[in-house]
Amino acid sequence: MSMIFGVPLAVLLGQLLIGIINGAFYALLSLGLAVIFGLLKIINFAHGAMYMLGALVTVVLFDALGVNYWVALFLAPLLVGVFGVLIEYFLLRRIAGQDHIYSLLLTFGVALILQGVLTNIYGVSGLRYAMPDVFKGGFNLDFMFLPYYRAWVIVVALLVCFGTWFMIEKTKLGSYLRAGTEDSQLMQGFGINVPLLVSLTYGFGVALAAFAGVLAAPIYSVTPTMGSTTLIVVFAVVVIGGMGSIGGAIITGILMGVIEGLTKTFYPPASSAVIFLVMVVVLMFRPNGLFGKEA
Amino acid sequence: MTQNSQKDYEQLRVSGLHAFYGESHILHGIDLVVKRGELVTLLGRNGAGRSTTLKAIMNMVGRRTGSIMINGEETMKCAPHHIARLGVGYCPEHRGIFSSLNVQENLTLPPVVRSGGMSLEEIYNMFPNLYERRFSQGTKLSGGEQQMLAMARILRTGANMLLLDEITEGLAPVIVEKLGEVLMALKNKGLTIILVEQNFHFAAPLADRHYVVEHGQIVEEIRADELSAKQSVLDGYLGV
Repeated sequence: MSMIFGVPLAVLLGQLLIGIINGAFYALLSLGLAVIFGLLKIINFAHGAMYMLGALVTVVLFDALGVNYWVALFLAPLLVGVFGVLIEYFLLRRIAGQDHIYSLLLTFGVALILQGVLTNIYGVSGLRYAMPDVFKGGFNLDFMFLPYYRAWVIVVALLVCFGTWFMIEKTKLGSYLRAGTEDSQLMQGFGINVPLLVSLTYGFGVALAAFAGVLAAPIYSVTPTMGSTTLIVVFAVVVIGGMGSIGGAIITGILMGVIEGLTKTFYPPASSAVIFLVMVVVLMFRPNGLFGKEA
Repeated sequence: MTQNSQKDYEQLRVSGLHAFYGESHILHGIDLVVKRGELVTLLGRNGAGRSTTLKAIMNMVGRRTGSIMINGEETMKCAPHHIARLGVGYCPEHRGIFSSLNVQENLTLPPVVRSGGMSLEEIYNMFPNLYERRFSQGTKLSGGEQQMLAMARILRTGANMLLLDEITEGLAPVIVEKLGEVLMALKNKGLTIILVEQNFHFAAPLADRHYVVEHGQIVEEIRADELSAKQSVLDGYLGV
């Protein structure tokens, strides 16, 4: 077996693949944050909780009603999206236009409440969600065994990311979003129902997080706290990519997953810190992030 | 044309309009009436409240009191996106060209609010430069082209009352001349136009009436045929 810098090629490729899978989750989550930040100019600290909610809803729907994975893939993001619209309409709208710190505290509070209440009900030991039968087994890639489900995660996450990017950058609805990011008051002066657009955008952003949550349910332990640990890394990813850049969020998400995977191969102790290290370096040389526009 | 037969139709009536930005009281009781098909200017010095009057009509200021009737409908409680749907097209002073949209996306951004707007083809005929640069980023255009784009954008929507804020500001004389031709063409089509203008020589030959704004109030109303008689009064207000 060939070696690269003293590491067997198989190990390297294996970590690379795991990095891409993690990166797919980062990409989905940071994409939602970027979409929300673009139009609402709020830093959604409830994003991790929405991711957790997506996973938890999937488990609960299955246990209580026998709702299968494929239905949950649509239903959980839809439910969480509607929940997001309600949060926007009843809470965030009231502090729109205030200092960033208010929306930050409010969404953080929402996250803590959700996390606390759900911990009270479900505990923190983790719920199990059985892998759907179709995904049992995997590809033998010589250098590693790739479970079907992980391959599915990569493919579907990339498709959703690309679809979202396409919708925002290439369609009429997307042009409303982009223009609203720049000057929502003028948009409304043109006759566009901006308050509705804002609600739906928040709903869509958190639905993306919930979608990531459904994808995570069969492979990660589903606990009410699963969002808070992931969120910190995702925020770092968004800072590296540049707040509000859609394509940037996707590319950076995958890139950071890969960098994390490679670090695990070459110097495992640093693997959980490497993303923050990259963040520090990026902030020093490009304060607006790799893909961010000049502030 | 139907618009011409309804020359007495009051398209806009503003009465006792006060407007506030936070603590500052900007408009102190504006009263004005604009009839269908008229081209009316708001003249005055910087800071007199002319732009704020347009923004207040669009419900884009902090707080307003008084009354604004558009087509006979009270709009003080209307959300901004409903006001556009009454057929009002607003062109802000900063032009508001979106940098994340190309020229064509900028042009087609505002939804059509009434039938009878110009088609994309008619607009490109009127502004050939915009056609040539339709795939360029909106803010990469020259100042004059951006102004054409900002105007063209609201012509497509079918709005029949245009609120135009300082459209000639900072533009070369040849562009200003072109804008004058465009305004004449729009007036001949029967559109109602309210023009906030610093350049009196641009506005004078186009307008039917002029309102002079000072300290957030209308201090003088001058019909086009009274201009020469009241020139010295006007000069006094404008500080020329």
